[in-house]
Amino acid sequence: MLASVLKRSSGALFNRVRHFSTTRTHGGLKDQDRIFTNLYGDKDAFLKGAVKRGDWYRTKDIILNGQDWIIDEIKASGLRGRGGAGFPSGLKYSFMPKVSDGRPSYLVINSDESEPGTCKDREILRHDPHKLLEGALLVGFSMRAKAAYIYIRGEFWEETLVLQKAVDEAYAAGYIGKNACGSGYDFDIYLHNGAGAYICGEESALIQSLEGKSGKPRMKPPFPANAGLYGCPTTVTNVETVAVVPTIMRRGPSWFASFGRKNNAGTKLFCISGHVNNPTTVEEEMSIPLKELIERHAGGIRGGWDNLLGIIPGGSSVPILPKKICDYVLMDFDALREERSGLGTAAVIVLDKSTDVIDAILRLAKFYKHESCGQCTPCREGTGWLVDILTRMKLGNADYAEIDMLEELTYQIEGHTICALGDAAAWPVQGLIRHFREEIENRIDQYHQKHPSIRSARSHPCLLYTSDAADDLLCVDLGGRRIIKKKK
Amino acid sequence: INAEYMGKPMFRSIAKAFLGPRSLRVMPRSQIGRYFSGSVYVNHRDTEDNNDHLPFEFTQENYSEIDKLLKKYPSNYKKSAVIPVLFLAQKQNGNFLTLSAMRKVAKVLEIPEIDVFEVASFYSMFNRTKVGKYHLQVCATTPCMLCGAYDVMGAAEKHLGIKAGETTADGLFTIQEVECLGACVNAPMIQINGEHVYEDLTPESMVALIEKLRKGEPVKNGPQNNRRNSEGPQGRTTLKELQEETKIERDFAKAKQDWQAAKEAAAAAAKAKAAEKK
Repeated sequence: MLASVLKRSSGALFNRVRHFSTTRTHGGLKDQDRIFTNLYGDKDAFLKGAVKRGDWYRTKDIILNGQDWIIDEIKASGLRGRGGAGFPSGLKYSFMPKVSDGRPSYLVINSDESEPGTCKDREILRHDPHKLLEGALLVGFSMRAKAAYIYIRGEFWEETLVLQKAVDEAYAAGYIGKNACGSGYDFDIYLHNGAGAYICGEESALIQSLEGKSGKPRMKPPFPANAGLYGCPTTVTNVETVAVVPTIMRRGPSWFASFGRKNNAGTKLFCISGHVNNPTTVEEEMSIPLKELIERHAGGIRGGWDNLLGIIPGGSSVPILPKKICDYVLMDFDALREERSGLGTAAVIVLDKSTDVIDAILRLAKFYKHESCGQCTPCREGTGWLVDILTRMKLGNADYAEIDMLEELTYQIEGHTICALGDAAAWPVQGLIRHFREEIENRIDQYHQKHPSIRSARSHPCLLYTSDAADDLLCVDLGGRRIIKKKK
Repeated sequence: INAEYMGKPMFRSIAKAFLGPRSLRVMPRSQIGRYFSGSVYVNHRDTEDNNDHLPFEFTQENYSEIDKLLKKYPSNYKKSAVIPVLFLAQKQNGNFLTLSAMRKVAKVLEIPEIDVFEVASFYSMFNRTKVGKYHLQVCATTPCMLCGAYDVMGAAEKHLGIKAGETTADGLFTIQEVECLGACVNAPMIQINGEHVYEDLTPESMVALIEKLRKGEPVKNGPQNNRRNSEGPQGRTTLKELQEETKIERDFAKAKQDWQAAKEAAAAAAKAKAAEKK
């Protein structure tokens, strides 16, 4: 009873609706402002259809305006990386050396779309490949690259065929290759396939895979812009980021920056999957409220909005958000960061109340365990432990204190690994504990009720130890059992 | 006390005693025997169909393919071609990558054999044990799981009489649970032989698909219902009126002039500020 009183009062204290600073409402993007007009494959994906859609139009004039002009235009547009990290793209491309020290530069386009929930790049690859190729030329030219390698994941067999045909067409038409588009700049584009590894979506692991090794990430520094593919300056960038560049060049950066809030500019492909009535991939304005995105484009949650349990807003690597946050949050990088989640790849995974949320997060933990490359101990061992502990918690065969132990474990993985897969494995579990702790505790209670002998065997629940977090622990003694609740 | 935990080490010893490597897979402690990445064992185990006494040689067409592939990479980095060439070898050998094939790849690319073994055991699409003619790779990561991927897999398992990770006795079908295949809005979905994908499955359409494949009838790729690519099943909400032709005009020369002028103005302002500070 005391526990429920505490819960209710803390709910009143902390149940605030956050209002994000914005000058207007976002959403309701018009078709004439959409970049990917062949998203559903209505028209010809290849050169004829692409030229009709306006691709490869006056590309020579864009190139003749010069490299610095192109980079400044990208900076002015406010484009942020669409591959999950959201790093400002203009800034990233400007890191490449302006004068070569003898080594050629390379542009590598990351089409290893393996993040669970994400299926946007395959739409670009199979329905609008020429936007990608033209973008590769412009971005590669602006960073003084010799060639672009497009790394497509091995499972995208159909998409590879389409893209290869598009590349051959572009070569035949003189748009790439020697004297690309008649501008005097030589630029080659090559396709390379992966073979089934999520870790190869990480930029240094991708470079390793391109070099023919197993995809184990490198330590950074040195960053790829200094020493990347074959030891040469390289930039690894996502398909969507590169594919929107030609349209930005043609329509002007201020057009792109007019969408979304400040610092979160542009349009984005959202992939809405899970328990919605109309799962689909749509292109929408950034900073659109999550509720509007789902109700307008995905047909709403099945069973109505109140049947919502939680949403993972940016692909499996970001923490889950419960319904009360989903009511008001905006879909952009900064707003979701404020709510302790992230936009990631904008792959919206919707869970309704029929879901066993612990099972869903457990399946994600299994995914990360399978995909861990095994180089560094926190990830290799930690992901295994996450799976083991979550498996027990799915049954309920655990203690309350082990929830905190699990959270502590995720903090030991996060930030202590060579690459971000460790963070990506830790965050979903942190989100589960942060927002669905009650669910886990109920499961534990149910199991202990069914198996009372367990409780007597475990009558001394372990206390947290060796914890940096021990300082801000709030201990509540409910007579008999010492329950350690983390301060929210 | 914890039945699941107690069972595992017991299960493992029983399995090891009775069963060989090809049938029931003995999983590391937290991976239940549903999926294996190409092969349970990282290292090679000799079997009748996979040993050093069964030589492998590329066909002439594949050799010309390899020459084309090598042109994509710098001439001193032939190692970059290891994944595509391994795929060529696997495809030629009926979706089965053998030890001699891997040794051949190492020879063709002039790299140490261990480099090829590393790559072949790291990536999950290389089948280092034999699979059936139709390798049904069922995606079961959370977005597909939420939409019933395990029901689809269960229907396939029940219909074929095998569990995930096993091959049917006639060597036609292998079911494998794989990680996210990147078609999440069309969940649940499968991929066959790492090539075509079949999306928007239900347990019934999965069984129908299997039967069509068994009879050798043609099958439709993509969504197995009347859905168009990633457009929503209830219809699309965007791109309703498509224009025939678009050409966007911009005065690039003027844009460059404006940019140059702005840069010079900024440089002048910075100079003035620096002079002021002095």
